[in-house]
Amino acid sequence: MNLNLTLIGQSIAFLVFVWFCMKYVWPPITKALEERRSKIEEDLASADRARQEMERVNEESERILRESREEASRILEQTRSRADRMIEEARDDARAEGQRMIDQARSEIDMELQRAREDLRQQVAALAVTGAERILETEIDENRHREMLDKLAAEL
Amino acid sequence: MAAGNSLETSEYIKHHLQNLTFGYDPGHGWTIAHSAEQASNMGFWAINLDTMLFSIVLGALFLWVFRLVARHASSGVPSKLNNAVEMVVEFVDSSVRETFHGKSRLIAPLSLTIFVWVFLMNLMDLIPVDWIPQLAQAVGVSVIGVEDPSHVYFRIVPTADINATLGMSLTVFALILIYMVRMKGISGFVADLTLKPFSASNPLVQALLVPANLLLELVTLLSKPISLGLRLFGNLYAGELIFMLIASVGLFQLPLHFAWATFHLLIIVLQAFIFMMLTIVYLSQASEEH
Repeated sequence: MNLNLTLIGQSIAFLVFVWFCMKYVWPPITKALEERRSKIEEDLASADRARQEMERVNEESERILRESREEASRILEQTRSRADRMIEEARDDARAEGQRMIDQARSEIDMELQRAREDLRQQVAALAVTGAERILETEIDENRHREMLDKLAAEL
Repeated sequence: MAAGNSLETSEYIKHHLQNLTFGYDPGHGWTIAHSAEQASNMGFWAINLDTMLFSIVLGALFLWVFRLVARHASSGVPSKLNNAVEMVVEFVDSSVRETFHGKSRLIAPLSLTIFVWVFLMNLMDLIPVDWIPQLAQAVGVSVIGVEDPSHVYFRIVPTADINATLGMSLTVFALILIYMVRMKGISGFVADLTLKPFSASNPLVQALLVPANLLLELVTLLSKPISLGLRLFGNLYAGELIFMLIASVGLFQLPLHFAWATFHLLIIVLQAFIFMMLTIVYLSQASEEH
């Protein structure tokens, strides 16, 4: 239990260890710890930012979805009413066109009839004239008359 | 180590409490002491080889492991060893930050060194008391050629050697003085020692109070390293002694040893922590302005 040189030897060893620790052990470890701390802090902050961003994007996409759904139903509604209207129009048009065609055909028929009547009248007149001429030029024979008159009648 | 009677037990314990001392013996020149008397005859000019060996090996082990971690330290995911070391570093760092408010590059690594080194040296107390001494005796007889194995002494707990603990506490004391002078200057240092705790506005009365102040302050100052070193030494010496007593009671030593080792584990950590904490506190006081 004597005090001896060990005292000094121990002091020297102690100082050397402290020096080594101060120079080569403490700084790198605390530096790494500090770096890790700030990195974790940064990562947490960026995760927070990412979450906020995600929420924003989510809201945005929901909004867009809602809007597009509304737009789609609006367009559908519009299209449906337009189609109805078009069908209605087409029907009206067709009806009008048919009516017009019927009218036209009817008037054409009338016209044809009129013309045919006119022709007939002219032919009857001509025939009458021809007949009269024949009667005047030739002697009237009853039989021949009759024959001619029958012919005339058949031609009418 | 069952001992037949109390005399044998006392011999056994005395043998275990003797360091392996190398020094200058007036009769034999530079030699390793073969007995306790020879060791004490050597006086101051002797060195305890076992204490030095174990403290240096343990200190080197501490620095090697921590340096290994420091070299691979990064801000990435730490390995398990890194984690453990970083936990110790953070623990010491937070202890220093709580107590020491000034700026110092020295004090945190100093505290880390004290804590881990003292802890490792204390830990040697848990190695069964006969293992290493018996090994040393075997080596002494077969390798070095000592005739009588009982002449080979070996103690493995450096902190149970008063030289080791006082060596550390005196180094801390030197740091305290350096800090006091550096923070307050020579005049502040002298004023600290002479103008407190009694002070007077009259210069003549103050001059009369200076010797009383000096006496009180010197005692305060000197008690710091002494108490610091003796506390650690006392705890570990007593712990070692109890392990030896337990080792000498025969078969009952097994449960007793276990119980004491469990309790001593607490002391080992606690004393390392106390030595570190007090060092921080003393240095903090030394560098504070009044």
